[in-house]
Formats: sequence, C-alpha cells, structure tokens
Amino acid sequence: MTLKQVQGDDNKNMNRINQKLQENKKLLSIYFTAGYPNIDDTVRVIKDLEKSGVDMIEIGLPFSDPLADGPTIQASSTAALKNGMTTETLFKQLKDIRQTVTIPLIIMGYFNPVLQYGVEDFCKKCQDIGIDGLILPDLPADVYDEAYKATFEKYGLINVFLITPQTSNERIRYIDSISNGFIYMVSSASTTGAKSGFGNTQTDYFERINSMNLKNPQIVGFGISNNDTFTQATQYAKGAIIGSAFIKHLTHNGITTIDKFVRSIL
Amino acid sequence: MKKTYNINNKGYYGEFGGAFIPEMLYPNVEELRQNYLKIMAEPTFQDEFNQLLKDYVGRPSPLYYAKRLSKKYNTKVYLKREDLNHTGAHKVNNTVGQILMAKRLGKTRIIAETGAGQHGVATATVCALMGIECIVYMGEIDIARQAPNVARMKMLGAQVRPALSGSRTLKDATNEAIRDWINNPVDTHYIIGSAIGPHPYPDMVTKFQSIISEEIKWQLKEKEGKEDPEYVVACIGGGSNAAGTYYHFLDNENVGIIAVEAAGKGIHSGESAATSVLGKEGIIHGCKTLLMQTLDGQITEPYSISAGLDYPGVGPLHSHLYKSGRGEFYSATDDEAMTAGLELAQLEGIIPAIETSHALAIFEHKTFKPDDIVVISLSGRGDKDLQNYIDYFKL
Ligand SMILES: Cc1ncc(COP(=O)(O)O)c(C=O)c1O
Repeated sequence: MTLKQVQGDDNKNMNRINQKLQENKKLLSIYFTAGYPNIDDTVRVIKDLEKSGVDMIEIGLPFSDPLADGPTIQASSTAALKNGMTTETLFKQLKDIRQTVTIPLIIMGYFNPVLQYGVEDFCKKCQDIGIDGLILPDLPADVYDEAYKATFEKYGLINVFLITPQTSNERIRYIDSISNGFIYMVSSASTTGAKSGFGNTQTDYFERINSMNLKNPQIVGFGISNNDTFTQATQYAKGAIIGSAFIKHLTHNGITTIDKFVRSIL
Repeated sequence: MKKTYNINNKGYYGEFGGAFIPEMLYPNVEELRQNYLKIMAEPTFQDEFNQLLKDYVGRPSPLYYAKRLSKKYNTKVYLKREDLNHTGAHKVNNTVGQILMAKRLGKTRIIAETGAGQHGVATATVCALMGIECIVYMGEIDIARQAPNVARMKMLGAQVRPALSGSRTLKDATNEAIRDWINNPVDTHYIIGSAIGPHPYPDMVTKFQSIISEEIKWQLKEKEGKEDPEYVVACIGGGSNAAGTYYHFLDNENVGIIAVEAAGKGIHSGESAATSVLGKEGIIHGCKTLLMQTLDGQITEPYSISAGLDYPGVGPLHSHLYKSGRGEFYSATDDEAMTAGLELAQLEGIIPAIETSHALAIFEHKTFKPDDIVVISLSGRGDKDLQNYIDYFKL
C-alpha cells in the first residue's frame, strides 16, 4: 500500500470537520436558526450557503430560553419556534441533506432539548443524517467529559467547546485535551450579536491563545459581521463564525440573496 | 452514615442541581463556588451578617401562635413572621448575605432578577445600604402587576430594566440577568433571589435563609418545650423561604415537610405553576431540576396570580424532596390562596403576600391532628398586593 492510499483511507473515515480544518485556507462558518425565517427554509439556506462558498454551517436548534444569545438570535429562535420548529422536524428536514451537501454541518443548541430527546438517541440520529458535530454552550466541559464523551464519540460526533477572554490557561488546556475538532474562541465577554470591531483587548487575547500552541485549531466567533472583522479575526485563527449578522440579513432580505451576503464577507 | 437530604460535594441534591452554564459564566460561578463557604465561615463575615440581621432587618422575627386560626382548624398553628422583616419578606435575609459576599469578592456592581418585586426591593435596599450600583431585571408583565415595588426600587436608587422576551415574567427576568452577567463578568455579582440557578447558588441562598429554621427551633423550645414541630409548611416559587424553613429539619424525619405550589387556575387548566406535578427533569437557568416544559424540551410559560410563584422550575433541593418522598407537595389555586389570605386578615389581623397565602391554603388540602404543631412560613406581607386583593374581592 502506498502512503497516498493510506492517507486516502484515513480521510474517508475522518470527520468532515477535521478534513476541513486541514485545508490550507481560512474558514468561514455561518450560523443560522433552523426554521427561520420560514419553517421550510432550513434546507434551502444550507444549500445556498454551501453554493456561495461557505466552509462550514452551524444549524441552530431553537430554544425557548437561549441564555448565551443576544436579541437577534433570541428573536430568530422565538420566530422559529412559533413557526413550529421541533427537534423531530429538524431531523426530518435534514434527512436527505447528505445527498447534496458535502461541507461540515454542526448542530448548535442548548442542552435541554437534547436531554429530552435522549442524548444517545440524539447522537445516533445525528450520525444517521450525517451531522459532524455539536455545540451545546450550556453542557459544561466536565459534565461532558464524565457523562457524555463516550456517547458522542461512539456516533462519530465532535463536540465543540467555547473559551472566552476570561477562561484561565489551565482550563483552556483542559478543554483542549477533551476536544477533537476545533475550539470556539469567543471574541469578547458577551452574548451573541455584540457590536463588531476588535481592539487591543481582543488582539492581546487572540495572541495569548495563539502562543499556547493548542492541539486544536481555533475558530473565532461573536462580533464578526463583515469583511473587515472576518479578516481581522482570521489573522489569529483558522477561521471565523458569523451568526447575528447573517440572521439580520435573512430578516431584511429573505433567503434569495444569500450569495450576496457571503460574497460581502469573503 | 446517616441519611442526608443536604447538598453533596459535587453540588447535587440526589440527582438534581449542578452547574449547567455556558463557558462565559464559568469564571464567575467558579470564583463563587471556591469562595462562598470559606467566606461564610469567616468570623468577621458572621459578625457583620448577624449584626445586620439584628439591627437592620429586625431579627429574630417572631414566632407567633395564631390562636383563632388554630381554633378554626383544630390544630396548633404557629406563624413564622418573615413579613415583619425590613422590606416585608424573607428575601432580605439572602440579599444581606449576598451583598456582604459580593463586597468580599471585590464586586462593585449588583444585578438581580425579580418577580413580585420583593427580591428586587430587598436587593435595591442592601445596595443603597452599601452604596453599590444596582440593576434589577423584571418582566414587563410583573412591572405592571407589582407597581408599588417598582416605585420602591426606583426610590432606593436602583435601575429597573424590563424583560421583554418570552412570557415577560420571572423566568425571562432571570434570563436577562444572566445575559447581563455574561456581558459584565469581572465587576458584577448576580444576587439570585431564590434557591435556584447553578451550584453554588441554591446552597448559598438556602444557607442564608436557614436563619428561619434556626430561630424556629429555639423559639419553639421556649414556647412548647421542644424544638421540633410536627410540620413545617411553606409556599414554593423557586423555593428560598421553603428551603430556609426546612433547613434544620431536613434530616429529622419526625418533622413533616410540606410544600405548597401555585396551581393557578387549576393544575390541569393549562394555566398553572405547579412544577412538581407538571414538571419533568431538565435544565433551567443552569440547574438540573424539575421544570415545566414541552415534550421537545422547550420551557413553558407558567401562570399564577402571584408574581413570586410564577416560575416554571423549582430549586433542586425541592425536586429532591419531592422525588425522594421526603416532602409532601400540594398546590393551591388562585381562588384558594386569595380566600386563605382574606381569612388570615380577618382571623389574625395579618394581611399576607399572595405568595404566602398559598401556604395558608394548606388547610384546604390537609387535616392536622389537634396536638400537631404546624409552623407556617409567613414569607411576606401583603402591602404590595393590595390592588390585587381589591380587584379580586371588589373591596
Ligand atoms: C412573600 C414571598 N413569598 C414567597 C416568594 C417565593 O419565593 P421563594 O419560593 O424563593 O421563597 C416570594 C417571591 O417573590 C415572595 O415575595
């Protein structure tokens, strides 16, 4: 067997997120809320984002009480729930997504809906569909490590943890040790949708994390809304995540000009 | 080892509790977790806390033998008069403790959530006392139904910020306070008003409120020659007055623990806040506990005539008391509570808060023996609720 074949085989089994992280480019990841603006928009939004050149998508499973989110994502979550979005509905909508979409897909939500679905059932369903990872901000690292890591891994799911400017180096090392994809580097102490623009505090923080030489690459999120902030953030990281700014675009322009939004970033 | 209903060293009561918080809150909550017991044990902290409880709050609160009420229900009823505390409810026991905690942690800005406004007033009060900035989040609906308390908070120098999301009541005010804390992680302490939230809050609030049962024990000894009543009764919103009333009796199974929740318009009316019956285990405000939710895990909007009981969860201690069978849980409807409130006014000359009236409605649901000593937590006074009583009884 040649070396090339071995790598090829490895890649086939490798989680799409890890494959993507190996690409020699800065990654753009977009968050949107499933079932927003309309209940049936989920799949269309995903397909258009991929076509427009987005590298990775975070599909927001809406929650009634999104503690870590600012007004924009709160409002989209409330609207999606009013539209009738449920965990089961989202899984149904995504059933055939892998027939067309090849980029990594991550479900981002809060822990309670996952707990009520059943953590193992939820993970299994994600694997069946071809979801690559989860971001559950209120599932703490130590609880994950103790109670759920084995289940996530059994179904090939990468769990992504957040760090913030207040996270101690010791804890960052711990989070790095239990992560196997990327680390979500929250740009400032805030809920989502904070005003954009990075000052010295942020760049000092980004540099501090950079100098730690973590095993997992970092992707920056919170406060990225345009080409400027995307470029700034990715100087210090493998990629950046845009959420609220994209939701605002959907609110004002609907789902027909997604490519225009993405082009304005890249 | 003796069975205990108290918290374990991981922050759980049985299977309930823990700290399910986003990473943004981890440093704050962890700082508190590492320090709260140490600080509470410091002699200077205890001196200051006890001094304020005595001279500022007016403790000990009386344990009052309610003669006419006892006669009517043919049992021995004592009322623990938390309504006579400064600011008119038990809430101040906790805010005095937490403001001293905040000062020792070097915090310079206080945030709080409030439902009935009692916790907001109690927080605004201690902030004025200490000269610390105070921001209180309150649901838009509650701002309308508890107008006198909004005015009091403003007069005390606090800023009252309306919570405009969701059901615009206590749950949403709590969400907003948590978001504020995420945005202000260094200088701010969040004074949670009930025995809810991520560990160590339920335990810290319970310990500050435990003065209630500590006093009941010696007061009852003086009056009845024994420390332990047959029953302790309290209403439960998040469960802080209840936790304080039960605390020193938790592991003494000779003392019956009775909780009264708000049934609203009836447990199965769709407009209720009877969490133990309607709730299922889940995560709310960073805590694993019983909460009212859809099958899909969305938190539902509770209802009660009483703003202070209008919460879709209960503190983890109470979930444990319910699940383990240690506590007897009842629920009182709006009508039962209002009637019990009026009855107390006319039998004993005490106008209770509508929250408290739910505890007083226990006599609708349970018959006690003539010799039973039943201590009811009279958690607050009814001044703030006068308009609701007037409207309800067309006074
Ligand atoms: C007088 C009074 N009693 C009871 C409560 C309910 O809270 P908890 O269950 O934390 O005692 C409140 C809450 O506002 C209150 O004001």
